[in-house]
Amino acid sequence: MADVESDDDKDFKRSLLACLGSLRAFGVSLTGRHDRADDLVQDTIMKAWAKKSSFEPGTNMKAWLFTILRNEFYSQIRKSGREVQDSDGYYTEQLATNPGQYGALDLQDFKIALEKLPDDQREAIILIGASGFSYEEAAEICECAIGTIKSRVNRARTRLAELLNVEGDADYGPDADSLAITGRTFVS
Amino acid sequence: MPGPFGEIPKKLKEYYDSLQEEAVPDRFLDLLERLDMAERAAAGASTVKEPK
Repeated sequence: MADVESDDDKDFKRSLLACLGSLRAFGVSLTGRHDRADDLVQDTIMKAWAKKSSFEPGTNMKAWLFTILRNEFYSQIRKSGREVQDSDGYYTEQLATNPGQYGALDLQDFKIALEKLPDDQREAIILIGASGFSYEEAAEICECAIGTIKSRVNRARTRLAELLNVEGDADYGPDADSLAITGRTFVS
Repeated sequence: MPGPFGEIPKKLKEYYDSLQEEAVPDRFLDLLERLDMAERAAAGASTVKEPK
């Protein structure tokens, strides 16, 4: 038993290491702050290690870790009793040293808009649009229905388009309603 | 070709990828090593096992 465990442990450690970059990216994009994200990643590593016997080898380690980090994120919000939305300025500094590197839609503007989204919409659009999870996987990570993830992603896209003044298509399917409610009014 | 949300999907990916490309801080690698070593030490205390 000890030998089997040690092999699994090696795999576990290797897989965990391989996921750290994306786990951290998830943390930063979720919180908008590097320091908070790193605290979350640290807690996630410790929690994951403590319950590694509950991880089934061969299943999706990344999704498992994202779930732990996400739970940690919401449990910290509950504990603090408030939402911390202020930006850390880390990314601003990075961008400031590289002016003119990006196109018309500035990455910094995008980051600010992303932080303005409600947490559930932000995590949905990150998981689907950036982390590479399927709707099914994202629904599992967020412990909700697939349809809920889809509608959160749609609302997130619509809201981002508004915040960034991107021309939205009014005919675009399920978002027509939310556009009508939250969209800008074209009254002269 | 931009979709109904223009550059947004591309920007999201660009932002996320830039985060993913950042170096993972050493303290996380150290933490993993420490967790692993602590566990090995604990296991070694209960089961005598020579490395091959």
